[in-house]
Amino acid sequence: MSELADKAQSPPPALPKFDASKYAFSGKAAGIADIRSLSTEDKERLLMSGVDLDLVGRSGSYLQVDDKSVHCDTCDPNVEILDITEALRRYDGLPDYFWNAVKRDQDDFTRMADQEVLQGGYFMRVKAGMKITEPVQSCLFIKGEAVAQNVHNIIVVEEDAELHVITGCATAHNEQSALHLGISEFYVKKGGKLTFTMIHNWGEKVMVRPRTVGIVEEDGEFQSNYVLLKPVESVQSYPSIHLNGPRAVARFNSVIVAPTGSLVDTGNRIFLNAPETRGEIISRTITTGGKIIARGHIIGSHVPAKGHLECKGLILGNGIIHAIPELEGTVSGVELSHEAAVGKIAQEEIEYLMARGLDEDEATSTIVRGFLNVEIMGLPEKLRQTIDKTIQESEKDMF
Amino acid sequence: MLLIEDLRVSIDGREVLQGVSLEIKEGETFILFGPNGSGKTSLLMTLMGFANYTVTGGKITFRGHDITHAPIYERARLGIGMSFQRPPTIHGLKTRHLVSMCAHHRDQNVDVEAMARKVNFDQFLDRDINSGFSGGEIKRSELLQLMAQKPSLLLFDEPESGVDLENMALIGNTVRELLNGSQEPKPDKSMKELRADRTTSGLIITHTGYILDYIHADRGQVLHNGVLCCEANPRVILEHIGKFGYKECVRCLN
Repeated sequence: MSELADKAQSPPPALPKFDASKYAFSGKAAGIADIRSLSTEDKERLLMSGVDLDLVGRSGSYLQVDDKSVHCDTCDPNVEILDITEALRRYDGLPDYFWNAVKRDQDDFTRMADQEVLQGGYFMRVKAGMKITEPVQSCLFIKGEAVAQNVHNIIVVEEDAELHVITGCATAHNEQSALHLGISEFYVKKGGKLTFTMIHNWGEKVMVRPRTVGIVEEDGEFQSNYVLLKPVESVQSYPSIHLNGPRAVARFNSVIVAPTGSLVDTGNRIFLNAPETRGEIISRTITTGGKIIARGHIIGSHVPAKGHLECKGLILGNGIIHAIPELEGTVSGVELSHEAAVGKIAQEEIEYLMARGLDEDEATSTIVRGFLNVEIMGLPEKLRQTIDKTIQESEKDMF
Repeated sequence: MLLIEDLRVSIDGREVLQGVSLEIKEGETFILFGPNGSGKTSLLMTLMGFANYTVTGGKITFRGHDITHAPIYERARLGIGMSFQRPPTIHGLKTRHLVSMCAHHRDQNVDVEAMARKVNFDQFLDRDINSGFSGGEIKRSELLQLMAQKPSLLLFDEPESGVDLENMALIGNTVRELLNGSQEPKPDKSMKELRADRTTSGLIITHTGYILDYIHADRGQVLHNGVLCCEANPRVILEHIGKFGYKECVRCLN
C-alpha cells in the first residue's frame, strides 16, 4: 500500500467528534430472542432493507438484533454461516481472516472496535467450486436506545465459488440514537465471485462507521452495491478492495440520497495490484438538503491495468455535494480515468419528457430514477421493486 | 386544427417571429421552407411551448383551446407531437420505458416491441434514450415515440437531416403513415373514404424536400426573417428555391 493511500484512509476532519461513552456497548440491548417476535413495523423496515423474514428466495440468513445473533441458518450445505464468536472458537481464532484485511490500528474506529466487546457479526464461507444461486441475507438491526453495535463480519469465497450477500442494516425507528461499528473483511479466492449488496436504513441520530477491506485473488471478481436512501446522522466509510491477482475485477455501484441533517462521507477505493486487473467505481448521489462527500480512489501500480471512476451528483434543494475523485498511477502504461459532475436536472430533459405528455413532477421523477439507475446492480426483482418504492417515497422531499 | 394569429415571439429579448399567422386544417399537411435562422425552428418550439420562447403577442388556438400560454404537457395531451432534432440523452431511462410512457396518456397498452420492429428499432429498446444514437437512429427513436403518442398534429423539424438514403425511405414511409394512417386498402372502405378519414395534420420543416417524395403535402410557405410569405404548392416552392434561392421571397415581402 502506498504512503498516500495510507494517509487517505484516516477519517476526514469534517466529521463531528462524538462521545463514544454516550452509547452502551452491552447491557442496554432490547434482547429479542426470536426474530418472529418482531413487530410488523420492524419487519416492514427490514423488508425495506432487503431482508426477507419469510426467508423466501434466500440460501441462508444471519439476523442480529442489537448485540445478539437471533437467527443463523443455511439452507445450502455448500454455504457455511456462523456467528463470528462461534467461528472464532471453532477455527482457532480464524488467523487467516480475523483482522487480516482490516488493520486493528487503521484509525480510531478500528481501535475502538478492537478494544470493545465483540457483539457478533457473521462468518460466511462458500465451498470451492460452488456457485450459490440464491443470495444469502444478513441483517443487523438496532432496536434498543443508545445502543452501540460492534460487529465483525468475514466472508470467504473459496476458489471458483460464487456468492451474493444482501445485507440490510436498520434501526427500528427514525428517532432513536445509536452507533454502528462494523468491521467487514472479504476474501475472494482464485476464480471466485462475490456480490455484496448493502442497504442502509438508519435514523436521524445514528452514527455509522463501517470499515471494510476486501482481497481478491487471481481471476476473482468483487461487486459491491450500496444503497442509502433514508436519513442518517452521519456515515463515514471507505470500503477498499485490493486486486492482488492477475485479471481480478472490482466494481462498486452506490446510490445515495441525503436529506436535510444527513452527513454522508463515503467512497470506494480500488488497488490495482496485479497485471490485467480492472476496477470501476460508479456513484450517484442526490442531496435534498444534506451534505455528501463522494470520494473515489483508484491506485494503479501494475500494467496493464484499467480503472474508471464516475461520480455524479444532483443538488435538489440546498444541500452540498463535494465530489473528490482521485486517480493515482505509480507506473507508466496504467489507464485510469474519471468523470465527475455535480449539478441540477437539465431543463432540456424535463421539457423533452413534457413534450411526451408527462407533467413536470412526472418528468422530474423519471429523470431522478434514471439518474439513480438501480437497475445496473442486477438485484433480485423483489428487492429492486422495494428500492424503487423507497425512492418513490423519498421523492416527496425532492421537488 | 391549428390557428396561429399574429404570433410574436422573442428569445432573450430578441424578436424571432414578427407576427406570424397560419391555419392548418384537420388532415392537412403544411410544409415550411426558409433559410437558416429565419425562425422555422422557433415557430415549432413555440407551438410546443418551450420555456425559452416568450410569446409577446398573438394567439395560438389548437382544437378550440387557447394554448398560447399552456404548459408543454397540456399541449402534448391535447394532441401535439413533436420530433426533436437534437433530443437530450437521459441516462438510466430505457427507450422502451419512454415509449410506453408516450402511450400512457391515451390509456392504451401498446405493444412497444411490435411498434419498434416497424421502424427497425427493436434492438435499441434497452438502450438509454438517445445515448450515442446516430442521426438516423435519433429519427427512428423520435418516430417510435410519436407512433406511441399518436398526435393529431405532427411537428417535424427536418426529417431528412443526418439520414442516409436507406433510412430515408423508412422514415418517409413512417411519417406518411403517421399522417395518413395505413395506406393498405381495406375491404370495408374505399381509398377515397380512407383519405377522407384523415384527421392527422402535419407541420414539417424541410430544406432538401426529400420528404415530399413520401408524403402528400397540401400547402407550403416560406418563412423569412420571422415573417411568412409565398404561399404555394410545396413542390413549386421547392423548385423555385432550388433555382433562384430565397431572393425572390424577399421581393414578395417588400
